[in-house]
Amino acid sequence: MPEAVLERAHEDVHKTQPWNNPDAVPYIRFENVTKKFGDFYAVDDVSLDIYRHELFALLGGSGCGKTTLLRMLAGFEEPTSGKIYIDGVDMAGVPAYERPTNMMFQSYALFPHMTVEQNVAFGLVQDGVSRSEIKELVAEMLGLVQMSKFAKRKPHQLSGGQRQRVALARSLIKRPKVLLLDEPLGALDKKLREQTQFELVNIQEKVGTTFVMVTHDQEEAMTMASRIAVMNEGVISQTGTPFELYEYPNSRYTANFLGQVNLLEGVLVDDDEKYAVIKSDEANCDIYIDHAVQGHEGMTFWAAIRPERLRLTKTEPEETKYNCVSGKIEEIGYLGGISTYHVRLESGKRIKVTEPNTGRHNEPTYTWEDRVWVSWEAGAASVLNK
Amino acid sequence: MSSDKLTLKQRFDRWMIKHGRVLVIGIPYFWLFLFFLVPFLIVLKISFSVAEYAQPPYTPLFEWIDEGITITLNFGNYLFLLSDSLYATAYLNSIRIAAISTIITLLIGYPMAYGIARARGSMRSVLLMLVILPFWTSFLIRVYAWIGILDREGLINAFLLWTGIISEPLIMRQTEFAVYVGIVYTYLPFMILPLYSTLEKMDVSLIEAALDLGCKPWQAFVKVTLPLSMPGILAGSLLVFIPAVGEFVIPELLGGPNTLMIGRTLWNEFFANRDWPIASAVAIAMLLFLVVPIMWFQHIQTKQEEREQ
Amino acid sequence: MNGKRSTFLISALVFGFAFLYVPILLVIIYSFNEGKLVTVWAGFSTKWYVSLFNNDGMIDAAWNSLRIGVMSATLALALGTPAGLVMSRFGRFKGRTMFSGMIAAPLVMPEVITGLSLLLLFVTLEQLVGWPAGRGLSTITIAHTTFCAAYVAVVVQSRLSGMDISVEEAAMDLGAKPAKIFFVITLPMILPALLAGWLLSFTLSLDDLVIASFVAGPGSTTLPMKVFSSVRLGVSPEINALATLIILTVSIMIVIASFLILRSERMRNRAANGSDA
Ligand SMILES: Nc1ncnc2c1ncn2[C@@H]1O[C@H](COP(=O)(O)OP(=O)(O)OP(=O)(O)O)[C@@H](O)[C@H]1O
Ligand SMILES: [Mg+2]
Repeated sequence: MPEAVLERAHEDVHKTQPWNNPDAVPYIRFENVTKKFGDFYAVDDVSLDIYRHELFALLGGSGCGKTTLLRMLAGFEEPTSGKIYIDGVDMAGVPAYERPTNMMFQSYALFPHMTVEQNVAFGLVQDGVSRSEIKELVAEMLGLVQMSKFAKRKPHQLSGGQRQRVALARSLIKRPKVLLLDEPLGALDKKLREQTQFELVNIQEKVGTTFVMVTHDQEEAMTMASRIAVMNEGVISQTGTPFELYEYPNSRYTANFLGQVNLLEGVLVDDDEKYAVIKSDEANCDIYIDHAVQGHEGMTFWAAIRPERLRLTKTEPEETKYNCVSGKIEEIGYLGGISTYHVRLESGKRIKVTEPNTGRHNEPTYTWEDRVWVSWEAGAASVLNK
Repeated sequence: MSSDKLTLKQRFDRWMIKHGRVLVIGIPYFWLFLFFLVPFLIVLKISFSVAEYAQPPYTPLFEWIDEGITITLNFGNYLFLLSDSLYATAYLNSIRIAAISTIITLLIGYPMAYGIARARGSMRSVLLMLVILPFWTSFLIRVYAWIGILDREGLINAFLLWTGIISEPLIMRQTEFAVYVGIVYTYLPFMILPLYSTLEKMDVSLIEAALDLGCKPWQAFVKVTLPLSMPGILAGSLLVFIPAVGEFVIPELLGGPNTLMIGRTLWNEFFANRDWPIASAVAIAMLLFLVVPIMWFQHIQTKQEEREQ
Repeated sequence: MNGKRSTFLISALVFGFAFLYVPILLVIIYSFNEGKLVTVWAGFSTKWYVSLFNNDGMIDAAWNSLRIGVMSATLALALGTPAGLVMSRFGRFKGRTMFSGMIAAPLVMPEVITGLSLLLLFVTLEQLVGWPAGRGLSTITIAHTTFCAAYVAVVVQSRLSGMDISVEEAAMDLGAKPAKIFFVITLPMILPALLAGWLLSFTLSLDDLVIASFVAGPGSTTLPMKVFSSVRLGVSPEINALATLIILTVSIMIVIASFLILRSERMRNRAANGSDA
């Protein structure tokens, strides 16, 4: 089972990974938080722990309640029920302007009538910080986001990327305990976005603030986050590190949401302490799993296998009893570094396989209508029951 | 007590945070309540009292008799309104004149609003400004301008007599026709502005799509543009119709002695006859009729707001 | 097909604007007429302007109207701005429907009704609490403030609902309390709307005849009341001159104000759309 694997995968987990330490105290805690708009559950009974210095990402489709969750943390919405704690303090009734959080808005929300400098200084002015200190801190912060040159400009004289930096500087200047980012890179083009992702991670490491970030871009979440919560229709369907979510999804929804996956439906026919066998009519094969499965024989399961974990051969492998199916190549997609193949199995199901393109002058290995065998190792499949 | 340590400013801040919301709602609420809503209740009350030669000229509605309040309701004023056909005529006239002027205003205003909405950038702002400008200049003076034009010795007659088309001056002022001209003229901007704002928001590609799907231009107009501009048509029409029903200045200055409109009747009851209870009853009767359009108007406004948010 | 339609639209516009502007132009032209008859052009003269400025009754009335206008526009701004803020930012509260009703209704309420009801209110109040003692400038100011506040509320509300609320949330997030947010963030951003609201109130007040006639007392004749009583008798060249002055003043004010508003809108739009160019 995953626990055993995890133990092997991470050694001194307690220090770098407080979520695996039962004694660690969470920094932000959602306890059965529900938010209703009228009769509609935007956030439904969410419990979530986030630890100090994490870069935590909320990932999910449009309208699944990410922004609502973030806004409840910032204090712009009150939960209908449930409690939110930050650093051990119950946030119920604490207005947004007294919370130890700051937010970077999706639309940046810069004050249009103030200069970059005034925008960044705004939070400090509210706290009554002395003028000389403000000047110093603002200069330092503008340096950090590389905007010193533009201090005297108004927001409408800046480009999208520059505005985004100002918004970041403004939300960081009060050294909040928690920085909330709502799709911080949503307005940037792909190139600038990738570059900024790393800058953001660097800045987070430098200032050491806990970041909670909303995104619907799974790649962004995987590159940046220490942990990710995948949301679906107001509910958190899984929380974990990018590695855990990718390799050990707990549901078809998460498996599908992060990366690509082949799902083979079948029933449990043999369940032992060391292994399990699932018979899939859909793929017309028996799937051998190298660990026990929780369930009884006759129950329906889905084996989730990533396309890159599948092996493609032109000749029949020696062992075909388990984990091997055959079919015809129906479609080929050349993506540069890898190629994807859609294979139509004899049972009619289509599965997807990716293979790296290792050599430059290699002849294309497969072509349309080729008969191929697809096989995988006993440890390649995750077994899902929902 | 910890509050002893707080400075005055801190105490004020706390108080503001606790009561600020109530205060911000409360002050305008109180003002509008006192000076807009309560007056109607008083009008209602006085419409049930009897005219008297006194100061103020009506019997009090509440009287202290043996330490208790007695309320005397007197329906005489309303019965009087019903019995004298003058009032019924005035009401019906007002509604008819307001309705016809609203339709004329719509017919003139719609193409203008449409034309402005389809004009290009800076041209559009200029045209819009030209619509708004007369709305800012004096209403009274704009009505007055038509006296000089429509009068027996006015410009139109002078021109027509000079060209020889007519030999006797036409009677235009002091007719119902002049009232229509006056209402349409002064209320035109109220029709154009809401129409413009719905037409401007409308996506031109919708019409193109309709044409692409085989509509003739007029069909596209009837099936796409017209239904989509309905909120603007309704808002504009109500903005013209409701105040036009109670209009006083225009029938007084441009209409004849027998152009009876209810606003004018009310004015005369009040200023000429000094019969405050009857004037109040006239106002209440007018209000009862206008409640439905007014609530409709408010409903449209609220829907508009929600859409914008 | 397209040509036909635009010809129709253009002629509608030309006709419409002629309809709106020819009467005003005629008034202006005839204000410079030497003769007393409107229909006969007797040569250029500014004598009606001179006689207007020697008409003490007219000058007094104008002075009254200006004072009432400034007072009620300012008060209307003070009342209408929070009302607009409440309508667009305060969400639901008890009595909201009535509140929005009291803001929408004055916009369309026939003036005779408003005038009569306010007069009866003032009379009743005087009987009950002795205030306002008699009627005059102050009662007119209160009456004008009430319906102008409704206009200001609508202007402010529509400006606020077109504004990105997250800017205000950002200020709150950075530690500004609600009152501070209003004065430091919201107010500067809606300044053009406030200017427009003030001007609108001022001209509405300056223009009102019916309501003022009801709630005026002896010695508080306003300009429209004065104009009305002389116009009732027919066209008078002095009124032409007055009309010209009013139209010119208002037009200049409006053109300047719209220019200012347009400029700041444009800046705001650029900020919102983000021109990288
Ligand atoms: N103020 C509100 N009133 C009513 N419904 C709301 C409100 N705010 C959000 N919702 C609803 O709650 C749900 C969740 O909204 P939320 O903004 O949290 O989604 P999201 O996950 O951030 O989506 P996206 O990725 O599109 O930003 C949506 O269905 C939305 O329609
Ligand atoms: Mg969102």
